[in-house]
Amino acid sequence: MISQDIMIQMIDVNKWYGNFHVLKEINLTVHKGERIVICGPSGSGKSTLIRCINRLEEHQEGRIIVDGIELTKNLKNIEKIRSEVGMVFQSFNLFPHLTILQNLTFAPIWARRMPRAEAEKIATKHLERVRIPEQADKFPGQLSGGQQQRVAIARALCMNPKIMLFDEPTSALDPEMIKEVLDVMIELANEGITMICVSHEMGFAKTVANRVIFMDGGEIVEENEPNEFFNNPRWDRTQLFLSQIL
Amino acid sequence: MNTPPSWSGSSLLVFKPRPSLPAPRQTVGIIGWLRTNLFNGWFNSLLTVIALGLLWQTVPPLLSWAIFDAVWTGGSDACPPGYEGACWVFIFNKFRVLMVGLYPGDLLWRPMLAGGIFVTLAAVTVLRLMNPGKLIALWFLLPLPFYWLIAGGLGLTAVDQSLWGGLMLSLGLATIGVLISLPLGILLALGRRSNVAIVKSICVGIIEPVRGVPLITILFMASVMMPLFLPVGLNINNLLRVQIGIILFSAAYMAEVVRGGLQAISLGQYDAAKSLGLNYWKTTALIVLPQALRHVIPSLIGRCIALFKDTSLVIIVGLLDFLGMVKASAQDPEWLGHDTEAYVFCALVFWIICFSMSRYGRSLERQKEEE
Ligand SMILES: Nc1ncnc2c1ncn2[C@@H]1O[C@H](COP(=O)(O)OP(=O)(O)OP(=O)(O)O)[C@@H](O)[C@H]1O
Ligand SMILES: [Mg+2]
Repeated sequence: MISQDIMIQMIDVNKWYGNFHVLKEINLTVHKGERIVICGPSGSGKSTLIRCINRLEEHQEGRIIVDGIELTKNLKNIEKIRSEVGMVFQSFNLFPHLTILQNLTFAPIWARRMPRAEAEKIATKHLERVRIPEQADKFPGQLSGGQQQRVAIARALCMNPKIMLFDEPTSALDPEMIKEVLDVMIELANEGITMICVSHEMGFAKTVANRVIFMDGGEIVEENEPNEFFNNPRWDRTQLFLSQIL
Repeated sequence: MNTPPSWSGSSLLVFKPRPSLPAPRQTVGIIGWLRTNLFNGWFNSLLTVIALGLLWQTVPPLLSWAIFDAVWTGGSDACPPGYEGACWVFIFNKFRVLMVGLYPGDLLWRPMLAGGIFVTLAAVTVLRLMNPGKLIALWFLLPLPFYWLIAGGLGLTAVDQSLWGGLMLSLGLATIGVLISLPLGILLALGRRSNVAIVKSICVGIIEPVRGVPLITILFMASVMMPLFLPVGLNINNLLRVQIGIILFSAAYMAEVVRGGLQAISLGQYDAAKSLGLNYWKTTALIVLPQALRHVIPSLIGRCIALFKDTSLVIIVGLLDFLGMVKASAQDPEWLGHDTEAYVFCALVFWIICFSMSRYGRSLERQKEEE
């Protein structure tokens, strides 16, 4: 099913915070339509890795190529890639001074110069998709965590991204809200969008992932398709980690 | 023994509310208020009695001085030396100078028109009769026509700046000071957080020295020293130099206030804006600043009040602002001995303006809390 178009390519990527080597020799290729789940202990560099893909963090060595464009200091390229890569954060990061609808139309209007009416039409469509059209005129502070995270997903979708990045989208949520967010993400996955998701929701990983990646100490330790990954982990570190979270 | 009501059969009980009783006498009305606020406990009762005594000693004499024994009509001979009441005639007589300084009498309609528009706009702002965006635009647009009205030129008789003065000058310096120093302060605050080392050091290099010296020093430097450094031929008049000094001083303080607001914005907001493909300026102008400024509105209003009061220092570089005119009027040989009236009036005007601003600030704060 997966076409062979390469969406993301990371080649020998290294990154340091000061003297701290946070990403070590990362090599990763993601094809169009692939759904990848990244897991690993806290501090292993998962967030840093996916934040490098839209250059919220800068890498120091190696090459990162997203949809055929290499990430360099060139600001125009960075903006172009960012508007093609949607990102959802652990802490939602909605704009608290704007209504839900304005949160969704903001980037299409200001970064894409889309006419307001068109942006609102698209926004309404995505709000329906995440099942909260009735909240359009509220402010983020008036919504529950699960609703806010669904708005954040809709906000990213409004830019019609080719790739979606999720950084632990459900770890700040109360248990009863996790499902409503995961359901939306599973639907997205079924529509064939390329996605990379940092998550410890192993049920989700088994349902949607083509590949699970395990990181530890800044390295990609193991990657495999979900069944093999969970049933036959090759490395001790992976086994240890899985025994802790399952 | 009561039999419990039976729900079977047709004998349904009907709920009848009991009639309300009047509240106990001691908790409502004047007596209740007195009890809870002035006489709860012997200590508070004692304080109340002392306060009443003090009021009795001070308020009646004050009222008779300010109102009942005051002279409201007549000329400079209406208040003989040694007369016990306030001589408000003096203030009426000096009113024009206090308001507009030595502005020519036959052109008075110009400052009056400007003043009328100014007061209207202030009222519209405080009563929130217009949407904030338009209001801000109006405030920034008005100085130009105002300057034209006051200074003349382009068809109006020119009026030299040495003739400007009084409250008009104070308000002018303060308003233009705020309107320019706020954006400037925002830029300085943003620059101070910049990643570009040179931008950052320039901003710190402006903010810190300016904050480190009193306004008086800056006014002196602007008035006396700046001309020495200006290239020959570039002749900036005293008023403009003083205005620049005020703007610089205010901007440094505004910058620090705004910086506080910027620090309250979480990094996640920047991440979100960046990840949506927005550049630095759009993120700053549309995401970061609206939130940051909202956080610091009360302190910004506080800076405006301080700036307005600070303008009274321009007297030391020879400008006759409101306080300057008050002082000059009190020394008029024709009206000697009326310093008290002059300064009471001065204090009253300052108080009304500053108090209105501070109430306005409070109401903005409350509105923010409700959101
Ligand atoms: N801005 C920074 N400066 C210095 N060190 C940092 C910075 N950001 C992250 N680190 C360090 O880099 C390491 C990797 O961080 P990262 O956030 O990528 O981990 P993570 O795998 O996402 O962990 P978690 O599961 O807790 O989110 C951590 O040890 C962290 O302390
Ligand atoms: Mg993380």
